[in-house]
Amino acid sequence: MATFFGEVLAVPSRAGVDDDEEAALALEREETPEDREIRRELEKKREVHVLWSSKLNASTGNFTDEQFPCSKFIMAIGHNSVAFLSSFVLNSGCWEAVGSVRLWNEWCRTSNTTSVLPTDTFCLFYKLISDPTVLLCQCNCYVAEDQQFQWLEKVFGCMREKDLQVTILSTCPVTDYKTPESTLTLPSPFLKALKTKEYKETVCCPLLEQPNIIKDLPAAVLSYCQVWQIPAVLYQCYTDVIKLDAVTIEAFKPVLSSKNLRNLVKDVSKSAEILKKLVATNEICNNIYT
Amino acid sequence: MYKNCNNNMVTSLLLFQPAVSVGNVGQLAVDLLISTFDMPKVGYFYTDCLMPMVGNNPYATTEVNSTELSINAEVYSLPSKKLVVLQIRSPFVKNKYRLFCQTLLSWVKSSRCAKVILLSSSHAYQRDDQQLHGTPLRYLLTPAIQKTAGDLMQRLNWKEMEKIAAYPGANDAEMVLHIPGGGITKLLFSESCSNGIQMAVLLKFCSEGDNIPDAFSLVNYLNEWLQLIRSEQSSDAKATLLQWKIPRSWRLLFGSGLPPALF
Repeated sequence: MATFFGEVLAVPSRAGVDDDEEAALALEREETPEDREIRRELEKKREVHVLWSSKLNASTGNFTDEQFPCSKFIMAIGHNSVAFLSSFVLNSGCWEAVGSVRLWNEWCRTSNTTSVLPTDTFCLFYKLISDPTVLLCQCNCYVAEDQQFQWLEKVFGCMREKDLQVTILSTCPVTDYKTPESTLTLPSPFLKALKTKEYKETVCCPLLEQPNIIKDLPAAVLSYCQVWQIPAVLYQCYTDVIKLDAVTIEAFKPVLSSKNLRNLVKDVSKSAEILKKLVATNEICNNIYT
Repeated sequence: MYKNCNNNMVTSLLLFQPAVSVGNVGQLAVDLLISTFDMPKVGYFYTDCLMPMVGNNPYATTEVNSTELSINAEVYSLPSKKLVVLQIRSPFVKNKYRLFCQTLLSWVKSSRCAKVILLSSSHAYQRDDQQLHGTPLRYLLTPAIQKTAGDLMQRLNWKEMEKIAAYPGANDAEMVLHIPGGGITKLLFSESCSNGIQMAVLLKFCSEGDNIPDAFSLVNYLNEWLQLIRSEQSSDAKATLLQWKIPRSWRLLFGSGLPPALF
């Protein structure tokens, strides 16, 4: 691209394979055994590990060789979605932690503990004690593009997908939403949904219109469900607040009336209190004086 | 891997696919093909080599079909013209483009398509002095397709993509194919040459920006060869232009509306 003053600038290309990458590949072909070893170690470091506890074995039978049955998989991605499920679903006390994902990338390293704060980076699985085929996933970490497929294979690979229904909750900035009007005039936060072909239940909000798209882990999970014909619905909350925010969390409330979630909600009155505590804890954690 | 979404087998004479290249011109051109011929979806190209994305049907024509979910790589078909089209909607995951090429060519061979046409583009700013003049459209043919299509290219007076010196200034004897900004075009073409695949590459020199006119240029170029749409006035380019149907997903290509307070 030539600028006004005549010099030529290298413009980032949508081609996906820049000439720089080709040059890097050419260098790779000349790399030493030590370089190859470093590259292999880095790939190994970026591997996704899913660790299931013995509690899952105890309730559903030993699945080290076989998959465990799963009728409902409810997943929250991002801190607001995670806080929503913590306040409105996990608060009933009928859930037990049964697994976690351990991963590392340039943006995060997941913690191993199950007692986590909203500011922690984690990906945890809980099962419903009264029905161990109901699994809930709280994913408060960034799963990088080269790790998403691994995540999918290792998590869904453990499940027997017969009669499985999937619900995904996620958030993203309202500036990502495309509309003929300015996004400043939109009454955010608001919910939009996408569903797979096999999902026949009513959705709790309007569907996401073209030309809007969803990316990253929520898209990876929904794509998997579409291709393998699993009924699944994604509820995306568009918000203008980046941090943990009670208004954004409460925007997910219509989802509580959905078939997959309505029987899991016990006492909504306590949820407001839990939510207030969660948001307050987060604000304390973010205080530079602590 | 390819996964059927209905029970129809993919058999065709012609497979069109885009390269993810400068201006996304190949992908826009493929959008025009799918939208104009209202091609039904027949399968998914499910791979870990492309970044995931989902959205509702980009080619929706009614309220009912607007709620069909689309993913990042899908296959469409037009049995009446024996066409199959692969559409790719997202960039490659870092370092996975070679694997993607291998998987793609493996699928091409197993689906037994007679011919593959790759729609692509290349950086306009990297043209040499000769390329700055005349048409910005180019073609390439693998040896396997040269016999059947080479003569036609001559009759159409098309320009073959020029090779450049491998070491300009130092040694002009060794000439290589260079498609800057073409993404996987060169790799797919080279591999197809080595594997005896009948592949034609049609590409346009362009820059990043509003690439809709480039997409129209490329499909019109393709149409000169394959006559997919016959224009009623034979050499009227404008008439042909009007017959390509723009899909719904091309709305708001440059973002949302502007806040009134800006003015």
